[in-house]
Amino acid sequence: MRYKVILVLMTVLLLTACKPGETWKSITSWLSSKSDLKTPLPAGSTVTAITGNQQLTIFAAASLKDAFQEIGQDFETANPGVKVTFNFAGSQTLSTQITLGATADVFASANHAEMDKLITGGMVRQDASMDFLTNRLVVILSPDNPAKIATLHDLTRAGLKILTADETVPAGKYTLEVLKKLSADPSFGDDFITLVLNNLVSKENDVKLVVAKVQLGEADAGFAYFSDTVAASQLKFLEIPARDNVIARYPIAFLNNSTQDELARSFLGYILSPAGQEILKKWGFDPISRQEILS
Amino acid sequence: MGVRPDKPPGDIKLKRSTSHFSIEQNTSWLFTLPSLVLVGLFGIPILALVLSAVGKDFFKTILSTTALSALKLSLMTSSISVLLAFATGIPLAYLLTRRNFRGKAVLELLLDLPVVLPPSVAGLALLITFGRQGFIGSRLSALGIDLPFTTAAVVMAQTFVSAPLFVRSARIGFAGIEEHLVESASDLGANEWQVFYRILFPLASRAILSGLILTWTRALGEFGATLMFAGNLEGKTQTMPLAIYLGFEHGLKVAISLSVLLVLLSIVLLVVLRRLDQQNRIQPDL
Repeated sequence: MRYKVILVLMTVLLLTACKPGETWKSITSWLSSKSDLKTPLPAGSTVTAITGNQQLTIFAAASLKDAFQEIGQDFETANPGVKVTFNFAGSQTLSTQITLGATADVFASANHAEMDKLITGGMVRQDASMDFLTNRLVVILSPDNPAKIATLHDLTRAGLKILTADETVPAGKYTLEVLKKLSADPSFGDDFITLVLNNLVSKENDVKLVVAKVQLGEADAGFAYFSDTVAASQLKFLEIPARDNVIARYPIAFLNNSTQDELARSFLGYILSPAGQEILKKWGFDPISRQEILS
Repeated sequence: MGVRPDKPPGDIKLKRSTSHFSIEQNTSWLFTLPSLVLVGLFGIPILALVLSAVGKDFFKTILSTTALSALKLSLMTSSISVLLAFATGIPLAYLLTRRNFRGKAVLELLLDLPVVLPPSVAGLALLITFGRQGFIGSRLSALGIDLPFTTAAVVMAQTFVSAPLFVRSARIGFAGIEEHLVESASDLGANEWQVFYRILFPLASRAILSGLILTWTRALGEFGATLMFAGNLEGKTQTMPLAIYLGFEHGLKVAISLSVLLVLLSIVLLVVLRRLDQQNRIQPDL
């Protein structure tokens, strides 16, 4: 009987000791331990040797779709036997899904608000999250541009059809911020936001829907990320003056209940490797380098 | 009165026949256990939904502007969709039952398609046809009519996915009417319209009514095609299912309250539907 009790106790102890999240240090300490390699990791190499058939589940903001798919393919090639599964959607959808019990190993959000929800909810440790790239907003125009929009000022013209992401979506939140900033800018005027929002025909559930519908020509213009104009190259777009734009910082994190710590870390290692950073740049993002993260 | 194929086999009779077997045979668990799994799959989530809405200031959320305008829009658009389905579906069902023509089989297949297609396919098809760059939409656009992102687009999406259900019900109603009734009416000098108006329509009215209710519930629940074709704007195109989907991210309260409201509304409609079916059975054969 006593043996049994001891056995149970030991199992419990073992289990708690093995609980993911406890076994590894914070991202920054992990990164700095790797940074004593001095030389950056060679392209395609991974931090840890991975064996056997394993699956890595990544929940990522819709805007990351093209870049992450390419990174995922490269990662799978570099690590035979590893399968990377993605769930791309608006970050707000993903964070809700995780809160309601969806299992994932890595979460990449388009804003801090959604990541913070998971940190508050205990799904992600504060020090298991870090910013890994930045993005900015632009105004995308349909390929034919029948409304002949040439400047941001044209967006106030009555009768246009403008799309944004819903304000629950990171891109939608950023859009409202930008519109407020533009209205505060004397060269656009106080009523800029009202006039533009008067032309709003739909608040889409993620930024890729905004892109798709503008691309189809169903709307005249839409607020999307610069990275979206790379993925949909036939789109025309207008830059928003840097002083009125927002810098969208994307955090990425390991989830507490992930069973794929090693794999998740090597995936992040791959993103931070020169090859990974190249892919992010190619798709229009500004990656934050390992050095910048540590400083 | 002849065959009524719209009626499901009477479940009361089934219950009686099982009593022929004694409990001693003790094989009933073979049927009960799997059934319980399925019933649990339906029942528990619905119960959980209702329970989580109770007390969480259900009425306050239901009366919020987002919820109210979604409710209003849903009721309005689905009612218009049902009216459209009625006005166009009755003649079509009539033609399909009373006439034979070339391509009828193809037409029947076409009518069944929207029922089995994923709504997102319906939405895309509508967008490609009636969108500004679309086959018909580009011509309408030249006339100054733009359909996407309008309340009319919501109605179109709902009608697209729900009207086939109505046509099907109405056809079953018309088909169940015995030919000799029509023949005697004609012999007495009634013309086609009189036969339809005096004989066919009244006799098929219950099937038509259940068709209307089915169509209404389907239109009320339409989501995918609406999101694709009509977009999402509060008070204009944001119906209840869309508000639920987005409310999902607003912190769940609105979503849960609206879902419960939809569940309640659907239950009421289904109860009415059942009663109609029962009256159908009790009604003496004509």
